[in-house]
Amino acid sequence: MKRFVLKRLGFAIVSLFLLSLTIFVFVRLTGDPAVLLVEPGASAADLAEIRTQFGLDRPLWVQYGSFVTHMLRGDFGQSFYYRTPVFELYLSRLPHSLLLAAVAMAFSLVIGIPTGVIAAVRVNRWWDSAGKVFALLGLSLPSFWVGLLLILFFSVYLGWLPSSGSGTTLHVIMPAFALGWYFAAAHMRLTRSSMLEVLGSEYVKLARLKGLPEALVIGKHALKNALIPVLTLAGINLVLMVNVAVVVETVFAWPGIGRLLYEGIAFRDFPIVQATVLLGGAMIVVVNLIVDVLYAVIDPRIRYER
Amino acid sequence: MNGSRAASSRAAGLTMAWRLAAFRSEGFPLIPTAILAVLVFVAVFANVLAPYNPEIGTLGDRFHPPAWQAGGGAEHLLGTDHLGRDVLSRLIFGARVSMVVGFLAVMVAGVLGTTLGILSGYLGGWVDQVIMRVTDTWLALPALTFAIFLAAIVGPSEMNIVIILGAVYWTRYARVIRGEVLSLKERDFVRLAIVAGCSKRTIMRRHMLPNVMNTAIVLATLMLGVVIVTEASLSFLGVGVPPPKPAWGLMLADGKKGLMAGYWWLTVLPGLCIMFMVLSANLLGDWLRVKLDPQLRQL
Repeated sequence: MKRFVLKRLGFAIVSLFLLSLTIFVFVRLTGDPAVLLVEPGASAADLAEIRTQFGLDRPLWVQYGSFVTHMLRGDFGQSFYYRTPVFELYLSRLPHSLLLAAVAMAFSLVIGIPTGVIAAVRVNRWWDSAGKVFALLGLSLPSFWVGLLLILFFSVYLGWLPSSGSGTTLHVIMPAFALGWYFAAAHMRLTRSSMLEVLGSEYVKLARLKGLPEALVIGKHALKNALIPVLTLAGINLVLMVNVAVVVETVFAWPGIGRLLYEGIAFRDFPIVQATVLLGGAMIVVVNLIVDVLYAVIDPRIRYER
Repeated sequence: MNGSRAASSRAAGLTMAWRLAAFRSEGFPLIPTAILAVLVFVAVFANVLAPYNPEIGTLGDRFHPPAWQAGGGAEHLLGTDHLGRDVLSRLIFGARVSMVVGFLAVMVAGVLGTTLGILSGYLGGWVDQVIMRVTDTWLALPALTFAIFLAAIVGPSEMNIVIILGAVYWTRYARVIRGEVLSLKERDFVRLAIVAGCSKRTIMRRHMLPNVMNTAIVLATLMLGVVIVTEASLSFLGVGVPPPKPAWGLMLADGKKGLMAGYWWLTVLPGLCIMFMVLSANLLGDWLRVKLDPQLRQL
């Protein structure tokens, strides 16, 4: 167990190292990083000052060292537009993103799990095909277009919901639905296949032989086990939602991390873009590590597999 | 010599015909293929089909609704946008942009990912370690965020978008192709090739590549939809195809300006185009997956 955890931890650290290296190299790949790190329209003197301030005249490995040590201290540079440290901005936006992701996750589970169960119980019947179409639509419709259609229908025509901003419960409904839509399809597909697998297992057969009513067999005995992979995926997806909401947050002017990234592009505020990518990647590496370790705790077979 | 070639080409023709027949009998996705064919046709003949120049509008004709709505006219069948540009013409040229960017990006990602996947799987050792660790790390980055980051560095242009999408999505190929190669290289024909004295290069090119081609094609079809949505998202955010080029994602971004006023056609129509294209690519890809590659069925 200890060996397994250490090995996973090692992989995660290598991943984080490669992540920072990727970002570092790409920023320097296009020539002069000072152009990216300085505000647009800066003078030659400003550029020279930035070069000495960031030590861009030093050897690359020294630069990389200082890049990493700054990050580890939570120093991701200063935003040009907001004139505050990028990390503070990030932390101030994070709660909004988490709220949006949580509600979107609730949507996606409430839609995805029941439809997945029905599709599995009525496999290859009408319900199953309907579920397939739904899953395909979920994976094919761009989430921002779903968002725009929601605005058109519920804000413009019906006038029920506010089209943008945040603050009240009403504000979160449409962005959460637009974001959760894609994930609902993914959760439905996994629930279906996981449920099908469980329904074929011996203990479910036994429960049926015992004469339990079908609703109890599916709702209680089968569902519990079928949900394990779904909830794992949901945990990973929650982190993913925080990081992929950029288009949805832009459509609804939701003040989360995605919107921050958009502002970073729109105001040509490069430190924000860089920090968002780095922190997003790091978050996902860490979650994958946690999931791997938790799985090893739950299921001893995984520990000895690799 | 000539005779045997003719015979083998006839045999190839027969196999082809047999395959087509089998395709038709087993739920060939006719409608998605037809939609894709129409989109390709429209993209190729955009200059002939489009009634107006997609990049130049008449400011006097702003926000005309489609022809069937009150206030719409036959001169602009699908209405005009905030600069008075003809929506139909922009949609037609937008098909070309999506197709060109989509196909090229999938090709770049496919060539890069397949090559690295074969190298990683066949050579093993530290080459495998390096390639797979990079693949894992890049897969951890959310694709759209990574693409935005790259776009912020290199600046927006159609060619840059192709390179960016290729750089973001090659990892998907590398993973799957490597797995395929790992099982292939244990097969007898590969061992025979080694005994026969083939170099590693030859084995990878002549024995690995043709055998992973099916998988690569299936992945490419499924990837086409993903790439097109990502391109649309990038354009929508203003780091994709630069205006005034008519890209569907860009049209949606412009359409947002007229959304609150109820100019629905600027939002609904480009989105429908994206939806039809992505849905068709996914349906075709799903079918190809089952057809060409039994190993992927479980995916």
